[in-house]
Amino acid sequence: MQSEVIKVSNLDLTFEASDGPVHALKNVNLKVNKGDFVSFIGPSGCGKTTLLRVLADLDEPTNGQVNVNGVSPKEARESRAYGYVFQAAGLYPWRNIAANIKLPLEIMGYSKEEQVKRIKKVLDLVELTGFEKKFPWQLSGGMQQRASIARALAFDAEILLMDEPFGALDEIVRDHLNKQLLELWKSTQKTICFVTHSIPEAVYLSTKIVVMSPRPGRIIDVIESTLPSDRSLEIRDSKDFIKISQRVREGLRAGHSDE
Amino acid sequence: MNKKLWINSDNKTVPVICMITFIVIIWYGFSIVLNAPWEFDKAKRSSITLSTTELVSQTWSQKRPKLPAPHQITKEIWDTTVNKKVTSKRSLIYHGLITFYETIYGFAFGTGLGILLSIGIVYNKATAMSVMPWIITSQTIPILAIAPMIVVALGSAGFSGLMPIVIISMYLSFFPVVVGMVKGLKSPEQLEVDLMKTWSASKAQVLFKLRAPKSTPYLFTSLKLGMAASVVGAIVGELPSGGGGGLGFRMLSGSTFGNTLHIWSGLFSAAILAGSLISIIIIIERVVLKRMALET
Amino acid sequence: MTNFWAAIVFWILAWMINIWIARQNETKILNLFPPILFGVSVMFIWEASVVHFEVSPVILPPPSAIYYKFISSIPILWGDFVQTALKGALSGYFIGCGAAFVVSLIADRFKFFERGVLPIANFLAAMPIIGIAPILVMWYGYGWHSKAAVVAVMVFFPILINTVQGIKMSDKIHRDLMQTYNANYLQTLLKLRLATAMPFIFNGLKICTTLSLIGAIVAEFFGSPIRGMGFRISTEAPRFALDMVWAEISVAAIAGSLFYGGVVLLEKKITFWHPSQRGRA
Repeated sequence: MQSEVIKVSNLDLTFEASDGPVHALKNVNLKVNKGDFVSFIGPSGCGKTTLLRVLADLDEPTNGQVNVNGVSPKEARESRAYGYVFQAAGLYPWRNIAANIKLPLEIMGYSKEEQVKRIKKVLDLVELTGFEKKFPWQLSGGMQQRASIARALAFDAEILLMDEPFGALDEIVRDHLNKQLLELWKSTQKTICFVTHSIPEAVYLSTKIVVMSPRPGRIIDVIESTLPSDRSLEIRDSKDFIKISQRVREGLRAGHSDE
Repeated sequence: MNKKLWINSDNKTVPVICMITFIVIIWYGFSIVLNAPWEFDKAKRSSITLSTTELVSQTWSQKRPKLPAPHQITKEIWDTTVNKKVTSKRSLIYHGLITFYETIYGFAFGTGLGILLSIGIVYNKATAMSVMPWIITSQTIPILAIAPMIVVALGSAGFSGLMPIVIISMYLSFFPVVVGMVKGLKSPEQLEVDLMKTWSASKAQVLFKLRAPKSTPYLFTSLKLGMAASVVGAIVGELPSGGGGGLGFRMLSGSTFGNTLHIWSGLFSAAILAGSLISIIIIIERVVLKRMALET
Repeated sequence: MTNFWAAIVFWILAWMINIWIARQNETKILNLFPPILFGVSVMFIWEASVVHFEVSPVILPPPSAIYYKFISSIPILWGDFVQTALKGALSGYFIGCGAAFVVSLIADRFKFFERGVLPIANFLAAMPIIGIAPILVMWYGYGWHSKAAVVAVMVFFPILINTVQGIKMSDKIHRDLMQTYNANYLQTLLKLRLATAMPFIFNGLKICTTLSLIGAIVAEFFGSPIRGMGFRISTEAPRFALDMVWAEISVAAIAGSLFYGGVVLLEKKITFWHPSQRGRA
């Protein structure tokens, strides 16, 4: 029996923009189990980032119930239940890579020995060993994102929330990072919520794909992936992969034509 | 639904009014404290003991207070503006106008000089490399400090009256304008400049149609700084002049003859002068930037 | 006679060299030449013109006279420097900066206070604060304390405005990150917002270096013991000993430049990470 890590019921979010209210999320219902890799995919304005931010307690819903680890998002955030990876690496330029990874550990009060241990561990995981003393601007975009992911893995959080982390990178780097992310997921067994607007990326990475559409932001389709958990990049040419991608594409098109 | 407490809203008027009220109250308090020693001395000499109310009311109405109470300053300003002929040397308006003219001329020349220099710096690399470091160094020469010398020197060379003061005022206001305009003229992005190049635009066209409009926000910021600097230049320039007039002269004579009310009323008038001039610039800035849709 | 034309020729030559240097690719050593050449050519023209046009030393002494006066008055100049620059300007600078820093932290913590104080601070920063000098001299006497007080007040407002703006400046993405860590106010302040505020704080610190020296000197016009740069200038100028006045100005210029340069070096060390420091602005 898998435990429910995230439960969203009747979530509504409207916020005031300068030219009127924007209905960012409407009647969203969602269940995420422990160890799931869930992708959220949809065009701009479909509310996928907003949904992620609600889970992270960075935005407040107007209506509805959200439970993370059985408690409210605020309590989950206060108990440091998740790591967040933004679209941009968001590393502090005045700290070197090791110091950047140390940042959450300092705030959360880990001991000095623990800090050193964990920094080494996560840098290993993302294959950035040897770059501890470098500064963010000395690293390429892909490496910065890897450092940002390492930072999110450094402390013990069961959930990883990632907002289009590879969006600004080129295809080849992206493939490599996708593969690394999957391996990371398998070895750490975290629950991952991943926002993207690339269909192959969503299908390749996830156990569950949530298709969303805009105006108002809502869930069109939830697809349980039939792909095996051990995946290589070649799986992208398989029949099952193409079938799932087609279903995603149809969902996106349906949401689009609703306007 | 999030209800914002009024205390958390963005409104500025209430906090500012609170702050000002607070400052006025503290001011009255300090008036008592700073003027009290003199009162005690006076009372001792006539062997009177002062009650608290007497102390308070008397410290707030001394003729030469160490710290005049706000109402004293207001009364002094009122007396010397409304109740005096504008041409009289005792009128604050008379002095205010002198400082005003010095400021305006200095500001105008300083801005003109600053803009010319900035164009030279942006368009001619040799000028930029030779002159820019000296412009920066020029600000380390405390022009204010050598105001007496400038007035004396120019006086012996035949330039008297408002001229030396205008020059000091100009010297202080040109620097912010140069720095701001250089940044502003250089602010267009490379692709905007390239686009002009594809249209074979001449240097003058690029200057007037691209760089100048884009530098407007920077210009206004510099104008505000330059205006403040011009006022300061005008006031300090008046100090060594000996008999001319103006708010600085007024403050200096107040200081020399121990008339503290003159000092404070002069200071407040200078603040009002600077404040009004800068407010005018701000209003013009809002109108212009809005029409150019460059409002940030 | 010939000196004057020689100076003109030098000026033209120097400009031609500068134009040539400007056309080359930027190399650090070559970049030093244009300002130096320019300055030297101005010096020559100055010296030669004063002699050629028989300008009275009462109006403008030649650089050579200033140089001799400088060399022969080093003890006096040094005493003045200590009185005005070190005791008056420097201490006032630190007091003003410290006070402004504390107030900006309070303003950051209590938004109501910030919204009340900031408009007033902007207003006062544009005011001729120097006018407060006679009042402070009256309160604190003729010694260097009143000068330090004037400098502190002059320096307070620009630093306050810059620091408050800087503390607000952190990127949303960095602040969101801090929120996901559930960092408290103090942690966010120390680990994020102070670091991002540094470039702005240094802007204010740089501007105030020159302001503090000027404030100390002008404050001395209103009363001073028989020492100090402002005192020296205000007494020597009416005596038409302009060479001494210019010597004092040189001291002020050197002191001001050193002070400014010192702050710039500190800025390079602390804000090494900012794009403007990395030459990639």
